[in-house]
Amino acid sequence: MISYWAILSAKFRSLLQYRSAALAGLITQVVWGLIRVMIFQAFYRSTNSEQPMSGSDVETYIWLGQAFLAALPWNIDTDLRAMIRSGGIGYELVRPVDLYSYWLSRALAWRTAPMLMRAVPLLAFAFLVMGMAPPVSLEAGLAFAASIFAAVLLSSAITTFLNITMLWTITGDGVTQLMFGLVLIFSGMLVPLPLYPDWSQPIINAMPFRGLVDTPYRLYLGHIPLSEFPEVFAHQLIWFLIFMIAGRIALSRGLRRVVVQGG
Amino acid sequence: MRVLDSLYVYWRFLAVSIRAQMQYKASFLMQLGGRLVVTAGEFMAILVLFDRFESLIGWNVYQVAFIYGIVNISFAVADALTTGFDLFGDMVKSGDFDRILTRPRSTALQLAGQELTLRRISRLTPGLVALIWATTHLDLTWTVGNVGLLTLSIAGGASLFGGLIVLQATLAFWTTETLEMMNTVTYGGVETTQYPINIYRPWFRNFFTFGIPLATVSYFPSLAIMGVSDPLGTPLWFQYMAPLIGIGFLLASLQVWRIGVRHYLSTGS
Repeated sequence: MISYWAILSAKFRSLLQYRSAALAGLITQVVWGLIRVMIFQAFYRSTNSEQPMSGSDVETYIWLGQAFLAALPWNIDTDLRAMIRSGGIGYELVRPVDLYSYWLSRALAWRTAPMLMRAVPLLAFAFLVMGMAPPVSLEAGLAFAASIFAAVLLSSAITTFLNITMLWTITGDGVTQLMFGLVLIFSGMLVPLPLYPDWSQPIINAMPFRGLVDTPYRLYLGHIPLSEFPEVFAHQLIWFLIFMIAGRIALSRGLRRVVVQGG
Repeated sequence: MRVLDSLYVYWRFLAVSIRAQMQYKASFLMQLGGRLVVTAGEFMAILVLFDRFESLIGWNVYQVAFIYGIVNISFAVADALTTGFDLFGDMVKSGDFDRILTRPRSTALQLAGQELTLRRISRLTPGLVALIWATTHLDLTWTVGNVGLLTLSIAGGASLFGGLIVLQATLAFWTTETLEMMNTVTYGGVETTQYPINIYRPWFRNFFTFGIPLATVSYFPSLAIMGVSDPLGTPLWFQYMAPLIGIGFLLASLQVWRIGVRHYLSTGS
């Protein structure tokens, strides 16, 4: 836990060094959000039939997506990659901490810091300029907060799993790219999940990815009623545990084959 | 002769780059697969939305797929052919650009041939699939004019995207930091213009027509090929001429590039 706070504050400080990059990223996301909102508005203007989600709900969903974008498991830890390449991973093995927990807290910090940096200004923009609606109720807001927390946990466990695969692949690019594709499609980032065809809903609901995006946002909108909160929250945590166990197994196997070159 | 010679050198550059990438087959295939999932996902999103909403302000799914195909093919071609410009900011920082200046070939050509990243071509696949799928359903007549216009549209689109990438790299001459903001224009431009431009608010639509003229290489020629009259009311002759703006944009960008090269001061390392 102490290592988590240390990494988090280090990550924060290093991110704050790149203010112009942060601003550019922010503007990119605002433009991106605007494009997507306009596309969905056009689709909603084209139909009179009842949709599984209202147009204004979709807009809120899109802005929440931009605000919490950085929480998605979309990249690997480049510092770890450098360590695996250079052999610096040897130092990781001698640290007096459980390696998996250490890497998980590293990933957690790696996800949380940029997420908070982005979320605050983007939410401010969405509320003040775009007139985004607040959570439907106080309880929905609390459920949303809990669910975002679970989403970050899940995302970190997936990230850690991707990091561990580098023990085999060295670059990790291929696996990451594939995971990013799955996350994009099945989390709700591309199209809000309720808009997918009805037949596909059971499949999408079983997969882990909705826990990253769709679950928290629909709790915010009240689109998932509070009575279903325990169920969807448990879904997020179960997938977090599955990725954690898979990661632990992969790490212990991977470490058995690690050969650190002396010199 | 000089043109042929340049093309030969360019081809040699690309052949070397492709051979190098094929040395890491497993990694290459995984990346290709991953990219395919991402780009195919975008096309799938269009299908999903049309399945729910049936039409997009008068456009049907085939018409949108047609425009999507043109934009993505154009971007894939431009993106694959200009990888060297993406790496340009780093080359200026490290001083590697000096080496390029000493060679007896144009700098733009050398950068364009720097690397043909095969995985970037993955964007081509969904673009082609969408375009072919759309044309089989659209009942188009393949006159010489239409085939020519389609080719011109893709060439104009690739030129325009190529021009944007060159411009973005040119900024590195002055800032030694390629401006990330330009990515908003290129990737945002792809995202925007893969849908018919008339669905957007006027200020936004005008930006991509008159500011960064991406609509002129995709939306307007597509209308002429599909035989749809423009909801925005542009005349047919304009729709035929519009892709030329893309080629003009590339030529202008290369001119700016040349000015940049002339002003280049090495970092000295």
